[in-house]
Amino acid sequence: MNSLVLGIESSCDETAVAVVRNATQVLANEVSSQVDTHRRYGGVVPEVASRQHLESLPFLVEAAFQKAGVGYGDLTGIAVTAAPGLIGALLVGLSAAKGLAFRLDLPLAAVHHIEAHLYAAQLDTEPIVFPALGLVVSGGHTEIYDIQDWGKYRLLASTRDDAAGEAFDKVAKLMGLGYPGGPMIEKLAKLSPDKKSHFTRARMSDGTQDFSFSGLKTAVSLELQKNPVQNETDQRNLAAKFQNTVLLEIGSRVQNALEAGTYKSLIVGGGVACNQALRDHLGKMTGSFGIDLRVPPPKYCSDNAAMIAGLGAYQLSQGKRADLSTTAIPRAAFY
Amino acid sequence: MVTSSFLCETPEQTFQLGEAIGKSAQAGEVWCLTGGLGAGKTQFVKGMAKGLDYEAPVTSPTFSLQNIYPARLPLYHFDWYRLNKPEEVEGLGWSEWLSKDGVVVVEWGDKFPQLLPSYAIHMLFDTVSDQGRRLIIQGKDEQNKSRVQEIILCWPL
Repeated sequence: MNSLVLGIESSCDETAVAVVRNATQVLANEVSSQVDTHRRYGGVVPEVASRQHLESLPFLVEAAFQKAGVGYGDLTGIAVTAAPGLIGALLVGLSAAKGLAFRLDLPLAAVHHIEAHLYAAQLDTEPIVFPALGLVVSGGHTEIYDIQDWGKYRLLASTRDDAAGEAFDKVAKLMGLGYPGGPMIEKLAKLSPDKKSHFTRARMSDGTQDFSFSGLKTAVSLELQKNPVQNETDQRNLAAKFQNTVLLEIGSRVQNALEAGTYKSLIVGGGVACNQALRDHLGKMTGSFGIDLRVPPPKYCSDNAAMIAGLGAYQLSQGKRADLSTTAIPRAAFY
Repeated sequence: MVTSSFLCETPEQTFQLGEAIGKSAQAGEVWCLTGGLGAGKTQFVKGMAKGLDYEAPVTSPTFSLQNIYPARLPLYHFDWYRLNKPEEVEGLGWSEWLSKDGVVVVEWGDKFPQLLPSYAIHMLFDTVSDQGRRLIIQGKDEQNKSRVQEIILCWPL
């Protein structure tokens, strides 16, 4: 069974198009922020306006076909992000995908963006061994899932307020660092010898495993007021203290979930999964449990369409098709 | 202009003030929340959502830019923190959301004051201690004068 699926992603900032063979082999993975938008079509970042997704999309489809060395006639299916995201932005990708599916008479897969972030761990590599524990950490999401197989999920924990990636960006802003904040903090923290000290941990009054990062942001803000950063050493140590706390918050919940289940793999997805300190921290943990750590390379961690095409191709192979009346949903669960 | 301030000594009290306002909120209301990082804006919106009988989690829309909660009245939760130009707000269909039958609340709304309607109610979040916040309410329009007065009278609970 050979499949060749075109994937379209337009749920938030990025417009992206990819071509994936047999649900795992990525032939092309084009993202709008990687091309020279200013020169080619005067784009604005962040790409919030539906109009900008609309302007980028045809160029990206063209570029993806060129890179993959295929054309419309070679495709066996179309996959698109249908949820969650900005309604206007989602609708651009969804409408384009429906148009292509209708015109080319191909099956359509409507994919959930967060489920696709988990599926990304299977791109260009070996299949995941289930059952797996799934962690999604990004600018907008921080969640832990029990995954018995693709399509069989249970939400174990999620954030009550800010996402982990948002905490990185906002703390970087408080510290007067540039954007994006994640890589800046990671770089500074790496230069600090302090791998232990941390801020007060969030405690859920109802005893759940849910995350909360809003209090951490406030704690850093208060710390800066009480002890202003005087020099580079202070800055590095504060970055380290913050990052150590995030690693502890995420690590302890993953550890608890791994202890409570019988998992064979830990899947990590989302932009914050690019953070090497987090990868190392989780790597030690999976090592001690004797299970696989599956974190995709950075290009499949941040928003991309390869994960959409991959998951869409998998769903189509399972007979899960979306019809042309499918609509975009700003907030939806896939579990 | 009608103005007053509320002293919320804990995040729970900030939530409770939001809840009281959500309970009496009416369709078409627009709220502009102003305050630094960690000042309690999202905490206040969580309370508003609860007051509007919305039980599911309310999370920060900084990354998603807009969250929609199907509450007693739809609650449209915006965050302009990441946006740099008024055109980007317009690109989100801003004027359309204003004309819907729901409650609009914008964090970092002061970034583009020109986009806010004159009848918007302003809430300023001032950090007075680790946990304590002073919330200052401002109604600048005849249209929202009685609504702001009603809220001022509801506190302390």
